[in-house]
Amino acid sequence: MRRLRQFPFHIIVFILPAATIYTAFMIYPLFDSLRLSLHGAQEGGGEVFVGLQNYGRLVADSLYAPRFWGALRHNVLFFVIHMLVQNPVGLLLAALLSARHLPGLAVYRTLLFAPTVLSFVIVGFIWQLMLSPLWGIAGGLLRAAGLAAYFRPWLGLEGSALVTLSLISVWQFVGIPLMLFHAALIGIPDDLLEAARVDGASGWRVFWRIEFPLILPVVGLVAILTYVGNFNAFDLIYTTQGALAGPNFSTDILGTFFYRTFFGFQLQLGNPVMGATVAGVMFLLILAGVLPYLFIWQRRIEVHEL
Amino acid sequence: MSTPSGLPTPRVISAAPSPPYRGNALGVHAILVGYALVAILPVLLIVMNSFKTRAAIFTHPYLPPLSGLFSLIGYQTMFERAHFARYFANSAIVAGAAMTVILLLGAMAGFALAEYRFRGNAWVGLYLALGIMIPIRLGTVSILRIMSDLRLVNTLFALILVYAAQGLPLAVFILQQFMRQVPRDLKDAARIDGMSEYRVFWLVLPLVRPAVATVAVFTMIPIWNDLWFPLILAPGEATKTVTLGAQQFIGQFLSDWNAILASLTLAMVPVLAAYMLFSRSLIRGLTTGAFK
Amino acid sequence: MAKVRLSCLLATLFFLLAGYTVPVPQLAAQGQVSLTIESWRNDDLPVWQDTILPAFTKHYQNIKAVFGPTAPTEYNAALNAKLSGTAAGDLITCRPFDLSLGLFKQGFLAPLNDLPGMSNFGPVAKSAWITDDGRTVFCVPMASVIHGFIYNADIFKQLGLTPPKTEAEFFQVLDKIKQDGRYVPLAMGTADQWEAATMGFQNIGPNYWKGEQGRQALIAGKAKLTDPDYVAVWRTLAKWRPYLASGFEAQKYPDSQNLFTLGKAAIYPAGSWEVALFNRQAQFKMGAFPPPLPAGATQCYISDHTDIAMGMNAKTRHPEEAKKFLAWMTTSEFASLYSNALPGFFSLSNQKVTLKDPLAQTFLDWRSTCKSTIRNSYQILSRGEPNLENELWRVSAGVISGKLSPEEAAVQVQNGLVKWYKPQQTK
Repeated sequence: MRRLRQFPFHIIVFILPAATIYTAFMIYPLFDSLRLSLHGAQEGGGEVFVGLQNYGRLVADSLYAPRFWGALRHNVLFFVIHMLVQNPVGLLLAALLSARHLPGLAVYRTLLFAPTVLSFVIVGFIWQLMLSPLWGIAGGLLRAAGLAAYFRPWLGLEGSALVTLSLISVWQFVGIPLMLFHAALIGIPDDLLEAARVDGASGWRVFWRIEFPLILPVVGLVAILTYVGNFNAFDLIYTTQGALAGPNFSTDILGTFFYRTFFGFQLQLGNPVMGATVAGVMFLLILAGVLPYLFIWQRRIEVHEL
Repeated sequence: MSTPSGLPTPRVISAAPSPPYRGNALGVHAILVGYALVAILPVLLIVMNSFKTRAAIFTHPYLPPLSGLFSLIGYQTMFERAHFARYFANSAIVAGAAMTVILLLGAMAGFALAEYRFRGNAWVGLYLALGIMIPIRLGTVSILRIMSDLRLVNTLFALILVYAAQGLPLAVFILQQFMRQVPRDLKDAARIDGMSEYRVFWLVLPLVRPAVATVAVFTMIPIWNDLWFPLILAPGEATKTVTLGAQQFIGQFLSDWNAILASLTLAMVPVLAAYMLFSRSLIRGLTTGAFK
Repeated sequence: MAKVRLSCLLATLFFLLAGYTVPVPQLAAQGQVSLTIESWRNDDLPVWQDTILPAFTKHYQNIKAVFGPTAPTEYNAALNAKLSGTAAGDLITCRPFDLSLGLFKQGFLAPLNDLPGMSNFGPVAKSAWITDDGRTVFCVPMASVIHGFIYNADIFKQLGLTPPKTEAEFFQVLDKIKQDGRYVPLAMGTADQWEAATMGFQNIGPNYWKGEQGRQALIAGKAKLTDPDYVAVWRTLAKWRPYLASGFEAQKYPDSQNLFTLGKAAIYPAGSWEVALFNRQAQFKMGAFPPPLPAGATQCYISDHTDIAMGMNAKTRHPEEAKKFLAWMTTSEFASLYSNALPGFFSLSNQKVTLKDPLAQTFLDWRSTCKSTIRNSYQILSRGEPNLENELWRVSAGVISGKLSPEEAAVQVQNGLVKWYKPQQTK
């Protein structure tokens, strides 16, 4: 990066437009609502500053704490499943796709990415249909394989609903790491790989010894995007299980907990103050993941100039 | 490693086919075909079922829409009960305009953050990334009030502005990452030639085409499929988007599954087409990118 | 550079197009006013567009009412956001009791005491949309829904069954259907949770807690949810499990509807709103019977729940026209139109309405033999947290699926209620 001598107007020109729209229509509304979390309702209307009291209630009060800690636990599991399944699969597929002159590349790319363009309503509907005990293909397949005893109404059981939904989410979003890794891998110049191959290295050794280290920055990017995306996740669970995230709150993650608290549900009135508190906690959690990425990982991973 | 001229050697897609070099060809294709089936079969199911009668969807969900089961009732309802042609146009306009703003402004900001070392660089980067850390629905009432004051409720502009604001953090985040990897020599050579920083930016932009295409796809999908903000900001008939239009078939006790499947199947098509377009530019960018 | 120019052209094109679709306020025919109706009843869109709104336009040619429903799951949240952001429609469909009371207290709904025609509604009808002191009404009652059981008459005939009157008979019928093996006895699942509470607990419950008597006792703090009457309801619900379809835990509401209308299930625990839908989709004869009487009971009770009403946005720009629409909704013309266009939704008006649909009439006839009550969690008891209605959903689903015992269920909801509801906090 260059050192600058005269006043860098161009930096402002580059950054200001984005920053303006972003501040006006995203930061301001979000923080305007977030500050609710530091206030409480006053007798006779109006707000009074209560500091971190609401946060204390969230983690300790018998009304909110079980739901909060449950949602947090579930969200962590949701994230772990994505990290263990979605990203490795995406990497594998990207590695295969990045082979030089793969026949059918365009077709594969479109097919593999197709689930990611779908709306949550469709994804929820089709998986619920396939797993349905009444009309589902899952039962039929298991029966054909002689494993009928293993069929369960997975989406309706406390023990399996969250894992099932996590896997459905993985199915939907493999396209994201796939695309990012693919973009990174095909950016690696040929001469690097030629040299290794000339030396006799096999395809996979070339991958792990040369390509993977070169795309480490993107590996980090995918990990942090997964983290942010999962801890902010909401739509799939909301579409399939509703805001109550049943059965018995077993699929409740932070996003659904926030929605239910802030907007209410059925007869329950929304509670903007506690809702903003949940959002505040989500913000802090996600920040706790992004800060190390921005200040430690990005700095330490030496970017190889190609 | 770079050639003496300081420019990287682009990957050349050779004219003569050479075998995929990871493992053997059969294994590679087996895995790819296998997962492609996993990915595509449920999608095919949806498309097939959108052409069936309601009874057929639930009694024979896995059969293709052959004679007895075939029905266009879903598509008919769609176009009779609502103006889906207009909804598609609205969705396209909102997505197109928002994406243009996001890509252009996001690339500019990402470039500046990746390129220039200035005090506060990391903090600006953090600030621009804050947006993805908070559930966006939290700001609903504030956003609605702002739009109301600006008299933009029930216009497409409201949606474009909100989506642009929401897509920028991710765009800056990702593009910044990829822009760091553009070789310094290239940019310095251009500056020595007397190019202004703005020309350097236009020079660099095509080199990160894969990343731009990627960001384009990532931002387009949530905009296209979003239900909440069209519902809040632009629910009027003239400004309805496709996803919002499809929602009207979801009732309290009765959902018109034919119409829902039909409308969401059709909604899939433009996004998939745009994806195919963008991913082609991904490859093409690399063969022509480095040379002006 | 050509690419850049192209992109700039495209961008400009997009923005121009966007501007083009900004609706220019129409200086339509003088006096032409447009009213927007907010609602969660996506289901009713065709009915409003084809039947109800044209009838209104005949009386008032200069008022154009547009029915603009929202997906039901989003309605409360979206409506609240729009009202807070002053961007909501002119007429608001009101949910019963506290949700609408909350909107009224925040100043979003206009008081309707002087609306001509309000006298057509009795105190029970207005009870869901009136302030606690009984003085101010804020929505025009539209309809109530009745609970019971709808059955496939063809299957009953085939198996030689008659509609049961007592619980003993009810389980005998279920046993016979189960033994026959071809049909699922009861079409219900627990995936969506609310059926367990609404078509289960609130359906058979009134027979146990003696309708209004029990409900008022709960509100006054004289009865508790852990009393034997309430536990008995859950105990009976738990007995339903063997008669549900295999894998019912993942069976959602539309699945249950489809199961029944495709002729695969014999009995459907129902709310009367199903009538219109089932008439369209079922290819067989249907009948209905009220919740069977528990052993020893002689007086039957039905859940006759005030469900839907229409109010006026306090900040509407067309209060005169909106009031005209609301006044029209108090007439017998509207009552008759609505009840017949949407069989299963029974007008709350005092005026007599003749129903053309026999199944809907069956439900309505129960009003003369059984005593009516509303769902016991809706008035006052769902004002605090934890929310009683949501808790009833959760525990009822848990009882039916066997995860919770009836006693545990009662204890959980009672503990939740005691946390915030003062009259229940004594002793």
